[in-house]
Amino acid sequence: MSPMKTDYEPVIGLEVHCQVRTRSKMFCGCRTQFGEAPNALTCPVCLGHPGVLPVPNREAIVRTIQTGLLLSCDIDEFCKFDRKNYFYPDMPKNYQISQYDMPLCRGGGVTLDRFSFPKDAQDSPCAAARKRVRLTRIHLEEDVAKSTHFETTSGIDFNRAGTPLMEIVTEADIASPEEAFAFLTALRLMLVQAGVSDADMEKGQLRCDCNVSVRPRGQRAFGTKCEIKNMNSISGVRRALAYEIERQIEVLGAGGRITQETRRWDDGIGQTSTMRSKEEVHDYRYFPDPDLMPIKTSDGLLDEARTRLIELPIDRADRYTRAFEVTEYDASVLASDLDMALYFERASSGASNPKGIANYLLNDLLSALTSSGKVIADCPVRPEALRDLVSLIDGGKINSKQAKEVFKEMFETGAAPADIVKSRGLEQVSDTGAIEALARQAIDAHPGPAQDFLDGKASALNFLTGQVMKLSKGKANPKLASDIIERLLRSR
Amino acid sequence: MNLALEPISTLRARLRGREICPRDILAAIRERVEELNLALNAYVHHDWDAAMAEADRADLSLPLGGIPVAIKDVISVRGQPCTCGSRILQGHVALYDATVIGNLRRSGAIPVGRLNMDEFAMGSSNENSFYGPCRNPWDTSRAPGGSSGGSAAAVAAGLAVAALGSDTGGSIRQPAAFCGCVGLKPTYGRVSRYGLVAFASSLDQIGPLTRTVEDAAIVLGAISGHDPADCTSVDTGVPDFAASLGGGVRGLRFGVPKEYFIPGMDPAVERAVRAAIDHLAHEGAEIVEISLPHTEHAIASYYIIAPAEASSNLARFDGVRYGHRAKDATDVIDCYAKTRQQGFGKEVKRRILLGTYVLSSGYYDAYYLRAQKVRTLMRRDFERAFETCDAILTPTAPSPAFKLGEKLDDPISMYLGDVFTIAVNMAGICGISLPCGFTGGAGARLPIGLQIIGKPFDEATILRVAHHYEQTTPWHRERPPL
Repeated sequence: MSPMKTDYEPVIGLEVHCQVRTRSKMFCGCRTQFGEAPNALTCPVCLGHPGVLPVPNREAIVRTIQTGLLLSCDIDEFCKFDRKNYFYPDMPKNYQISQYDMPLCRGGGVTLDRFSFPKDAQDSPCAAARKRVRLTRIHLEEDVAKSTHFETTSGIDFNRAGTPLMEIVTEADIASPEEAFAFLTALRLMLVQAGVSDADMEKGQLRCDCNVSVRPRGQRAFGTKCEIKNMNSISGVRRALAYEIERQIEVLGAGGRITQETRRWDDGIGQTSTMRSKEEVHDYRYFPDPDLMPIKTSDGLLDEARTRLIELPIDRADRYTRAFEVTEYDASVLASDLDMALYFERASSGASNPKGIANYLLNDLLSALTSSGKVIADCPVRPEALRDLVSLIDGGKINSKQAKEVFKEMFETGAAPADIVKSRGLEQVSDTGAIEALARQAIDAHPGPAQDFLDGKASALNFLTGQVMKLSKGKANPKLASDIIERLLRSR
Repeated sequence: MNLALEPISTLRARLRGREICPRDILAAIRERVEELNLALNAYVHHDWDAAMAEADRADLSLPLGGIPVAIKDVISVRGQPCTCGSRILQGHVALYDATVIGNLRRSGAIPVGRLNMDEFAMGSSNENSFYGPCRNPWDTSRAPGGSSGGSAAAVAAGLAVAALGSDTGGSIRQPAAFCGCVGLKPTYGRVSRYGLVAFASSLDQIGPLTRTVEDAAIVLGAISGHDPADCTSVDTGVPDFAASLGGGVRGLRFGVPKEYFIPGMDPAVERAVRAAIDHLAHEGAEIVEISLPHTEHAIASYYIIAPAEASSNLARFDGVRYGHRAKDATDVIDCYAKTRQQGFGKEVKRRILLGTYVLSSGYYDAYYLRAQKVRTLMRRDFERAFETCDAILTPTAPSPAFKLGEKLDDPISMYLGDVFTIAVNMAGICGISLPCGFTGGAGARLPIGLQIIGKPFDEATILRVAHHYEQTTPWHRERPPL
């Protein structure tokens, strides 16, 4: 790291494009699907043929409003679609239907929780700060096609053209690549859990452009920014920003100036390079699309979006730590997977030890699922069964070793833990009289270790307890056995 | 009897009576097209075999069963060329039927041929066509008007029973006036625009050109109705337009806007229109003078809004997916530039440049936004006027058909010719033009058009008035001397 790096601070704002999950495209009836043969999902409308007209996809509008509500945005009563005019082979009409000055959502924000940060940054003070990144707006538009360049020609696949696309724009609130990472992670999780997007960056369902500048620490005015594009993972965004920040600091440190431009991230070599300069910037000649009527959100759209609100992952995690005394980390892992969270909530309902349930879920159950290639949604162990298992352990009915055996069978057969315990005759013996008889038997049979214990060798007690377990065929409550042996020896 | 010259009601009666079959009508039209199209250049394409095959399948029980309707080259008919009178769409064959074509077919009509027009419906003389100008059947040295010149000339000359045109600033009504036929621009939202290649989306509307008012009512009824594929189409009931004819004009009050009788307008036009107004008064209507004070800004604001929308609508013609593509391009930008340079004509380029300019950052508020405000004022002018009258009577155009080439180098004078029709599009209301006399004196007799402007979605009233006027005057019986 160059010594002067600490003299500068970065300022980052993001533009996130996110495909809205809908059955059909934004302005026509074509299906939205990834991986079909090129141009299989097209029609005269999404190919921009002469004479066609757009019909807005209501579902995409509702889902965008839903996203806005989840992120505490303001939803205006009237919104409209505008045309953004520029020539590009990926654009069937050479204009994109988008939203200019009356977007569906304004304001709002995303709170960065500690576990959204990269693993190596989760212990930093920034990660603990619960910073809120403000949003400027969210608007809805149509996606463009995808070009593939060959040696002398180019091919265009219009399957993606017309897919509903939300653009989520942040304020310049982000102060590090790690915060950008955390923002995208938290946002992505929310979008997926709310069902508004599959948000898979590798499939291009989530794309992020970063505006980044640096300024001397303490200076209020922003430095000259660059826009960086072409990152295809959240960690790619972090690396691209780290590279770009360092580059800008080096330029400034050497007395140079930053030129405002768009830069392209090359993930392979880990560098950004000039894509186009500011001089080539477009005048998009926005104007209201005369083919579309203004959107009145009070016309049932807002009400419908309200019926689809979910608890945000961060709120859910907070609730788990508060109400169930689950560790912060466990709570965030549980809340990060909606199926798992719902499983946990069903298992903990009415349970005396939700924390124990969380432990069993995140350790034994999760590893069993992983090794059998299953997901929680098709878990053979019902949540109620897991709760019963944990209460059998807590109540001293079975020991943890037996519990593992019982769990294994539960996972294989789906049987109830009490039935397994009964059929296998595993019930732990907690009858003091019975254990005492066995303890006397063990002490009598092994006078050496008994004397060792009295001479201060603590491990001898474990040996004797083991003998009692053996005599009871594993059914004795080990804690009870050990207590009784100790009492018997000391009372001699 | 020449079937190509008969009104729809007569043809339908004879079809139903099995005296003739749809093929006979098509054959009569084909004969006239083969005889006269070389001189008129009204059709730019036809596929008689396909039309005959469709005629043989026609369901004669339907309201337009077996009636051929000719189509302006700007409306999409599946499997037929759709070139908008432009080089840039040469070779393009439409992939789908416009909603109006589907509606016509559901009424039993047969879409026939492609009619000449000003390129992308931009023009008032049909001279801006890649196929060369269509000619006026009353005097082939004169323009048929535009942009639906081919539609008007074909109908007037009996090369079609009826035709569809499109009207953005007068493109149905002005050629109807020039060629002596009936042309109706419906209320914005009455007829679906899906499949109409857009010129100015907020102004465009498809409508019928026919020889009689009754035929216009019949065709309008067939093409109208709400279309889920066009968000700007309005979900309102479609009255039986043909049934509303015959009510007369007694008790109706007509407004005559003082701003529509301007200095410099042709005296023959003024004379004929004044006479038509007197005639309607004589028939029992009350005539009141009204004012449409923002009329003087109509053309200026139209020539901001229409080109602005056009500059965006025409961006898709780039040679990438269909139509003409320049051969010698070095890269994609060069391909766009050369394709569009070669593909578009002079007037289209002029309007794209104008529209691009007025939408540019820094100019938008001063031009586009202000023009939209003027448009609102114009709409209010009409709203206020309609508080005191049921319909408005005006000339359709300030002059009869002018000579081909006469205004070609003077676009402003060409634009000014649309002064009486543009306001109707700007206000989104309906208007009809029908013959109300002829020029006298030396030279060819040229038809003159009367425009009747109606309230939003009140086509029934203007059709009723037009029908009464037509039935009590001789003008519609006159045929061009071919």
